[in-house]
Parts: sequence; C-alpha cells; structure tokens
Amino acid sequence: MKFLVCITQVPDTTTKITFTPDKKAFNAAGVQFIINPYDEIALTRALELKETLGGTVTVINVGQPLTEANIRKALAIGADDAIRINAEPGDAYYVAYQIAEVAKKNGYDIVLTGKESIDFNGGQVPTMLGELMGIPSVSVATKLDINGTTATLEREIDGGKEVVEAKLPFVAGAQKGMAEPRIPNMRGIMTARTKPLAVIEPVACDALSSSILFDLPTAKGECKMIDPNNVGELVTLLHTEAKAI
Amino acid sequence: MSILVFAENWEGKFKKSTYEAVSYGAELAKQAGSSVTAVVIGNVSDDDMKSLGKYGAQKVLSVKNDKLNAMIPGAYATAIAQASQKENAKIVIVSYTYSGKSVAGRIAVRLKAGLVAGAIALPSSISPFTLRKKCFSGKGLTDVVVSSDVKIVGLTPNSYKVNTSEGSAVIENFSPTFTDADFSSTSKETKKTSGKIALTEAEIVVSAGRGLKSPENWKMVEQLAELLGAATACSKPVADVGWRPHHEHVGQTGITIGPNLYIAIGISGAIQHLAGVSSSKVIVVINNDKEAPFFKAANYGICGDAFEVVPKLIEEVKKFKSAH
Repeated sequence: MKFLVCITQVPDTTTKITFTPDKKAFNAAGVQFIINPYDEIALTRALELKETLGGTVTVINVGQPLTEANIRKALAIGADDAIRINAEPGDAYYVAYQIAEVAKKNGYDIVLTGKESIDFNGGQVPTMLGELMGIPSVSVATKLDINGTTATLEREIDGGKEVVEAKLPFVAGAQKGMAEPRIPNMRGIMTARTKPLAVIEPVACDALSSSILFDLPTAKGECKMIDPNNVGELVTLLHTEAKAI
Repeated sequence: MSILVFAENWEGKFKKSTYEAVSYGAELAKQAGSSVTAVVIGNVSDDDMKSLGKYGAQKVLSVKNDKLNAMIPGAYATAIAQASQKENAKIVIVSYTYSGKSVAGRIAVRLKAGLVAGAIALPSSISPFTLRKKCFSGKGLTDVVVSSDVKIVGLTPNSYKVNTSEGSAVIENFSPTFTDADFSSTSKETKKTSGKIALTEAEIVVSAGRGLKSPENWKMVEQLAELLGAATACSKPVADVGWRPHHEHVGQTGITIGPNLYIAIGISGAIQHLAGVSSSKVIVVINNDKEAPFFKAANYGICGDAFEVVPKLIEEVKKFKSAH
C-alpha cells in the first residue's frame, strides 16, 4: 500500500498573529512553525495503517527550503521518505495542482491531508486533489479504515456524521478522531536525518486567487462587569442593550 | 450573466444559511447589475422553492433525482457546475457549511474558478473581485482577490443578514448529466447528532470548559442552551479528555463560529480558544477567576462561581422568556 501524506507548516497555535507594517504579509519574525495539526493526524493514521497493511508512507510539501525542518520532523515521526516541491504555496488550487502532478506520476493508493490548514482555513486541498487526480475524495473524515480495496470513512456533515465507502485510490482530509498524533522518539529523530528527501521544481500553474492585504480583528470595547448576585441585570442588558436575546 | 446560488436544503427544508446566501447573492446582483438563479438539489416543495424569490432569487433550477436525496458531494458539484455553465454565471455562491465545503473545491476545479473559502462580507470591489475572509483561525483577516473569470464565494454562515421583500421565483427543471465518477463514494449510513442546533449556524451558543469540573455538570449548560434556543460548545481540554464530543470543540483547532451571542462558562480564554469565537457579536464570560484573559475579550462578564451563577441565570432567562 502506497500512502501519500500532504503536509504544510503553520505558526504554532500559541502564536500571537501580527502582520508587516504595510499589511501585505504575515510577520514571521520570531514565530515557531509546526506541522499543521490536522496534517499530523493524517500522517499518524497513515503510519498506523501501514503497520497493519504494509507499504510506504511518503510525505509531500509545497514550500520553500525553510519547511525542511518540519519535513524532517514528519520523517522522525515515521514517514519513509519525503518530497518537497520547491515553491511558495500560492492558493489551494496551486498547491493541489502541484501535488496532483506528482501523485499521478507516482501512483499512490491512499492520499491524506489535514482537513484544513490552520493559517488560511480554506479546507479545499483534499477535494481539489481528488478532482485533479480523478479519484474519490472526502473532505472532513473523522475515521478511516481499509478493507481490501475499499475504504470506509466517517465524515462530518451538517447535523451529524455519515459513513461513506470509496474504492482505492482516494483522497481524504483528516479531522480529529482519525488518530492521536505521535511524538517522535529518539530513534526516529536519528533515522530521519538519513531518510530520502527529494526536492523537485513546480510545474507551470497560475494561482486563481491571492491574499493582498491582512488585518487584525477589531478589539471589543470595555467588558461590563455584572454582580454575581444580580444576574437578572445580565438578561436585561442582553435584551435591551446588546439586543442578543 | 447571472449569479448562481447553491440553495442547500436539509431533509427537504431550507436552512437559515441558505437564505443568507440567497440574500447575499441578491445584494451582489444589485451591485453587479445582474440577476440571481438558485440551484436546488433534492426534494423541496414547489412552494418552498418559489419562496426563494422573497430573498431575491428570480429563478430556481430544480434538480430532482432519486440518487441525489443523500448529499453526494461529487454529484452535487456536477449539478452546480453544469447549472453555472447553463446560466453563464460568473459568480457562484455556496454557504460554507459542511456540505458547501465539500462541493466548493470540486466546483472550483471543474470551472477553473478561484474560490474565497469563508467570505464574511460583500466584496469591497467587484473588479478586481476582492473579498474579506478570516485567516489564522480567526486571529486575522485577509482580503482575497480572485483573478479567474468565474468566481466562487464560500459564504461563512451567520456573517450576512437575511433580507426579505416581496417576490416569487420561477421554477425550471434542470437535468444535469452525471457520470459514474460522480457517485464514486457511496453513503452507507448517517448518524444524526441528537436533534441539536448546528453549531456553525446557531445564533446563540452556550459553551463551557474545564471550570465545570466534570461532564455531569453539563446538564445546566444544556438546560441554559435549550431555554435560549442555543447550540452547546466546549473548549479544547474538555473535548480532549472526552467530556464532550470533538464536534463541539470551538477554537483554533476546532470549529470557528460567529454567533450573535456566545456565553462562555468556566473557560479561561486561551488565545487558541479566542481565535475560534472572536467574531461572535456579543460575548458573555462567566468565570470565578477575575484575571481570566477571556474577560478582556468579552462584552459582559460575571466573576463568580459557575455553579451558583448559571442556575441563577437559568431562572432569570425563564422569567424573561415567560414575560416576552
């Protein structure tokens, strides 16, 4: 079984987000980058499935050389090899297009991504990949099991969950519940250094959208404190002042 | 040229997010000098389809097919993409619900259209087509320019007001051409979350965290939510230890929501949690620690013991509800 896990790096979840003074870019100074948490879930599930089904797990990233520290971390967690497509990740379409080109050539049985990256939160790469590769895709999957050439997935839908089946090969976006991320052990960290990391150049493709400006949400005004012995006042204020109930 | 709106239904009924998307399309059509066509997939009554006219749709393309009664993203995407080609739509609007998310990227690839995944307002400019969305899970905002000929707007639920006026939409039956590939994933079973209001679309959300000490104590949270017609949510630590299901976790690595009213009980307000709820219009924080960072992000705060404050609040809400 050949697994491909798509990873991206994002600011650590504790990061206080700031932008450059011209508001045109994210201010990465002093920011710690981590593997996108959902991608880590995807990676862990791929490793678990590989342990029972056999095969190889390849991680792929569209990014600049700086992302290699996190690619090595994915190798330390247990991936067998890695591919970095040497490009600035444009929009979701650009990223999906680049990965699809490689995936079509190499022929994977199972392609996993996170359900979204926690920087742009679009959540479109899994379905775009499926479309570009001409294979089934499930965008937000909380469970994944393989039985022969059939995958059984549980996906989140409005108002509940749905169990779906798809034939291999397929793409799925991992949501919490699919696996518990693993921490790399010392042996993993040592072997990661020597695992293959191929760097390839992107194919020609135009992004269809781009972020031109960034801003911070406006802060709320002063918090009005209410006496815990006068909870009725809260209800009154929510009705008359905030018009929220 | 027209604007196409995917008018999503849930078991044959439109949702509030559907009306938001049609209202949004109508306003956009006004600005762009164009008209709105809604595409409805599945079994919705003619009266309900015509009623989309009240929200600004001139026409409804009705796609009825027994195979489409379950929400099959591939087939839905085919129907929407073909509808947009038939209508020569340059802007396609889908509500960014789970269903919307599952079709948007597929339509984008088929139409080679740029997508704004989670727009929160009308475009600030039609040409270039510029839309604002949240980024960094709510910690930031970004203006996205879509450069392709066809543009797709994934509209965040609860971010645009429903507008109504007089009107009735004309229904036209539409039969898209499906292929086997559209049905390559098959639905085996659906599990409904027991009769609850969808978190992302709820106008009021009551949420609680570790301050509640144990899962049994959620009864009062659920009671308050029920009285207010609210959805329930929780913080990450609570979902991680299994007190509450993961799908209730709001925050940076959970769901991002923007209800009219968010009531946080026993949640300190870590930066990751705030990211997921910062676009709530009104925030109420109940916490026994007056230094809890959440108070800085709140409109109203009560510093006190949740086990005393929440039961009192329940009584006050009951009084209020019986008087209004």
